[in-house]
Amino acid sequence: MNYNWDWSVFFKSTGIGSEIYLDWFITGLGWTVALSLSSWVIALLLGTVLGVMRTLPGRFAARFATVYVELFRNVPLLVQLFVWYFLVPDWLPEKLELWFKQDLHPATSAFISVTVCLGLFTAARVCEQVRTGIQALPRGQAMAAYALGLRLPQVYRKVLLPQAFRIIIPPLTSEFLNVFKNSSVASLIGLMELLAQTKQTAEFTANLFEAFTLATVIYFVLNMALMLIMRGVEKRVRVPGLIALGGK
Amino acid sequence: MISIQNVSKWYGDFQVLSDCSTEVQKGEVVVVCGPSGSGKSTLIKCVNGLEPFQAGTIVVDGTSVGSPKTDLPKLRSRVGMVFQHFELFPHLSITENLTLAQRKVLGRKDDEARRKGLALLDRVGLSAHAAKFPGQLSGGQQQRVAIARALAMDPIAMLFDEPTSALDPEMINEVLDVMVELAREGMTMMVVTHEMGFARKVANRVIFMDRGAIVEDADKDEFFGSPRSERAQAFLSKILSH
Repeated sequence: MNYNWDWSVFFKSTGIGSEIYLDWFITGLGWTVALSLSSWVIALLLGTVLGVMRTLPGRFAARFATVYVELFRNVPLLVQLFVWYFLVPDWLPEKLELWFKQDLHPATSAFISVTVCLGLFTAARVCEQVRTGIQALPRGQAMAAYALGLRLPQVYRKVLLPQAFRIIIPPLTSEFLNVFKNSSVASLIGLMELLAQTKQTAEFTANLFEAFTLATVIYFVLNMALMLIMRGVEKRVRVPGLIALGGK
Repeated sequence: MISIQNVSKWYGDFQVLSDCSTEVQKGEVVVVCGPSGSGKSTLIKCVNGLEPFQAGTIVVDGTSVGSPKTDLPKLRSRVGMVFQHFELFPHLSITENLTLAQRKVLGRKDDEARRKGLALLDRVGLSAHAAKFPGQLSGGQQQRVAIARALAMDPIAMLFDEPTSALDPEMINEVLDVMVELAREGMTMMVVTHEMGFARKVANRVIFMDRGAIVEDADKDEFFGSPRSERAQAFLSKILSH
């Protein structure tokens, strides 16, 4: 390949104020992280509730959660994003619609759409993991908890979920990383996160290879760091004397 | 204390309990035995409402278990239960296992629950293990902790569901010793077990079940001396021949 790499491009002025191209990447990274973390909070909370619902004795709750999972798992993420960004605002009450479309900063409304979309999408996946984690526990655990007089919410909070979460930390970690990678769909509705900034840099400078190499490195390092953090978490909550719950 | 009247239970078309009736008086120790699949465990789990039943009534200390108006968690908190596979909570330390329900169900203060739990742990001879986790104890030790955990709730009666069946032979006695002591102190106990030695030593009555029905319900001496039903005779001759 005959290409003159020029890494100094990132330190050149963008022509806007005193900004250099590297600043764009930093801003983009900021959006990516903010987007991913807020989506993850939604996914984790909602996914846990749905996962619990799928294991409840009542048929209605379980069925609702099942329908949710199938709906959000079987439609491509990008389609879901377009629905949330282009269609859903039109269905809002008029005042809310105007506020969303006109009063909000375009970046803010895009941010809200992506966060909701990615959060709800990932919740379906978290739900399945939480359900599997709970169902992996011996039936006697819930029985023993009920036999002591604990009530259903306490049984889940104190006995079942703490064990289930320990079991599912590894798949949950890859879901967590997926959120960061999936957040790049935001670039398609104009939110200037990492991928969008990369594309913009490539267009402004014609240094396409450098821009995408840097983006690749940033995504990779970010995800590696997250994985190491999660590994640390896994070690911290390890139960002594127990292999099944991540002990040794 | 525990009154079981005409209790029947089905899983779909399959009847697991048919028309079971018996009584357990205060301070009485009743052993429930019988072949696998005879419904012993199911019956004992009906007593504290862990298993629902479709017909009949069970009344525990004046409270009807099957009634939809009954506050089951409250009733369960007054009846201790010990399981075949211990079912200590593996993610909690021994102390936390002993105090969780005291705090969350009975609303006891932290230090009060801890004092009570540790006293009972001492009673089952395991006070050195308070800070450990269940996975670090042997099966026999875990079962003794499980008994202490149930006792910490100050139960009016104790249910044992094959408490020694999952134990290595050498650990069975350490658990039975705790149970014998408990029986001698006057605890009301309903015990599903194959340990006939235990039954002989402390039981007041023995119930023999087969295919979901109570076949024999007799005083201990009568049961071991001259069982009336052929099925119980056959069972005893097999189980006692070695």
